[in-house]
Amino acid sequence: MTSQQEEPLTIDGRWDIPYRHTAGQAASRFFRELKENKRIVGGRCPSCRRVLVPPRSFCERCFVPVEEWVEVGDKGTLETFTIVYAQFTSLPPPPYCVGVIKLDGADTGLIHYVGGVDLQDLEAAKKALSVGMRLQAVWRDQREGKITDIEYFTPA
Amino acid sequence: MPRRVAIAGVGLTRCSSWRKDVAYPELVYEATSAALQDANVTPDDVNAVVYGSMDPFDGLNAPEKWNVDACAAAGMLGKPYLKISTGGTTGGSTALAAYYHVASGLYDVVLAVASQRVGETLEAQLVLNTAVDPVYERGFGMGAITVAAIQACSHMHYYGTTEEDLALISVRNHENAMNNPYAHLRVKFSVQDALSSPMLSWPLRLSDCCPSSDGACAIVFASEEKARRLAPQPAWITGAGQITDNYFAGDRPWYEDWDSLAMLARRVYRMAKVDDPLREFDVAELYNAFTIQEILEYEALGFCEPGKGAEMVRKGVTAMDGQLPVCPSGGVLSTNAIGASGLVRVAEAALQVMGKADKRQVPNVKKALAHAWGATIGFHTLMILDREAP
Repeated sequence: MTSQQEEPLTIDGRWDIPYRHTAGQAASRFFRELKENKRIVGGRCPSCRRVLVPPRSFCERCFVPVEEWVEVGDKGTLETFTIVYAQFTSLPPPPYCVGVIKLDGADTGLIHYVGGVDLQDLEAAKKALSVGMRLQAVWRDQREGKITDIEYFTPA
Repeated sequence: MPRRVAIAGVGLTRCSSWRKDVAYPELVYEATSAALQDANVTPDDVNAVVYGSMDPFDGLNAPEKWNVDACAAAGMLGKPYLKISTGGTTGGSTALAAYYHVASGLYDVVLAVASQRVGETLEAQLVLNTAVDPVYERGFGMGAITVAAIQACSHMHYYGTTEEDLALISVRNHENAMNNPYAHLRVKFSVQDALSSPMLSWPLRLSDCCPSSDGACAIVFASEEKARRLAPQPAWITGAGQITDNYFAGDRPWYEDWDSLAMLARRVYRMAKVDDPLREFDVAELYNAFTIQEILEYEALGFCEPGKGAEMVRKGVTAMDGQLPVCPSGGVLSTNAIGASGLVRVAEAALQVMGKADKRQVPNVKKALAHAWGATIGFHTLMILDREAP
């Protein structure tokens, strides 16, 4: 047994594994609509009639297939948010604001960036942002069929 | 009908940001050997082992394989061995699995073990980043802290909870940790100190967040007959359960209340015949990885009305000398060996019921509650421990 004073040896390790996630049927259509038609679409459950955004292939509440597509607004309401001031490994450089946004016509929230507000000064940012405020999508000109085709949501 | 089950012994390890004095099996052995000794059993007496951890934090596929010999000599003795991994509730789920093993009548003595070496993950944030949905929700800078921060934003907006309230929770937990030799962060600071710590994800500061810890925990679960023989005062399980919430973060209609936990509490309280949790529990060990969550938990667990959690903190109801002390151990805020933390809550609650919590002992504990949440606030576990058999 080594004494407490002796520096124990260490062995380096590393996990560096790339993955490829399948978006699936509902998300693939959602992303195509963003890219080609600059539209945000959700799925309406035939049973509970909720409009699910982001869309999915089945309603987890009623457990039935969701096949009806409906367009929702690119404006919505900020449900809750946080403003990040720390640099977390492999996350974006601060400051940035992430919110849960309920789009007009949707029954669920979308996670997205809230921008168009000066976030450097927290006190000013707290005045500019509030739960319940109206937001509007800012679209990218070059769209790739990704959720980030909407650059961020800005105060409407 | 499930059989009666009790906890007969508990083993904890000292926790720190990096237990570089021990290899992983040496760390686990510290917990398991202590639990066997506390319950007065040998590895031969253990019928089965349940083991909890989350592989990416440990950096190897199936850490249960590395630790099989440290789990009551399971490999050498050829024991049944089940691995559990459910995010932050891993330790809570491991306790439940051990309880189910004994309650089913299939096994009499089961060892629950949970461990995590977050300190060996040089970039734990990279693991937390992969917990977010990869199709729709990843890519917006969400990690563990941001999810708690949006809970805090809602609670402050709808109920008027303040940053001072959060700071007070942090100060109290760290004060409690001073009495716990197994705690990781054992530092004293003031509300003012907390409020001057760096803002990480508004409204949460550094002082509102748990550390990353290395640590392990083990608990001996036993059937009624065995428990009565092994422990002078067993900690009887009178209620236990788990609940899930929606996968997508945006699907949860509101963040100021923790509905899934409230539902689970109703189920588990019915099982344990608890009507008035504030009055009936003598101590609670809650999974408070972030200060705001302790408040949400008081409300969801029925310690107070929705929106009144901060008032409980201000009035000292949950302080060590209050009506219902919460986290005498210092909680997850002072120590978070993530996969082990849920089992540590059960172990601390059991120690309180058994009267073996030393300097952090609350006088005359009859009934204790242990909680864990995990999976980006998607899961909860609860376990109620009692001095009397159900």
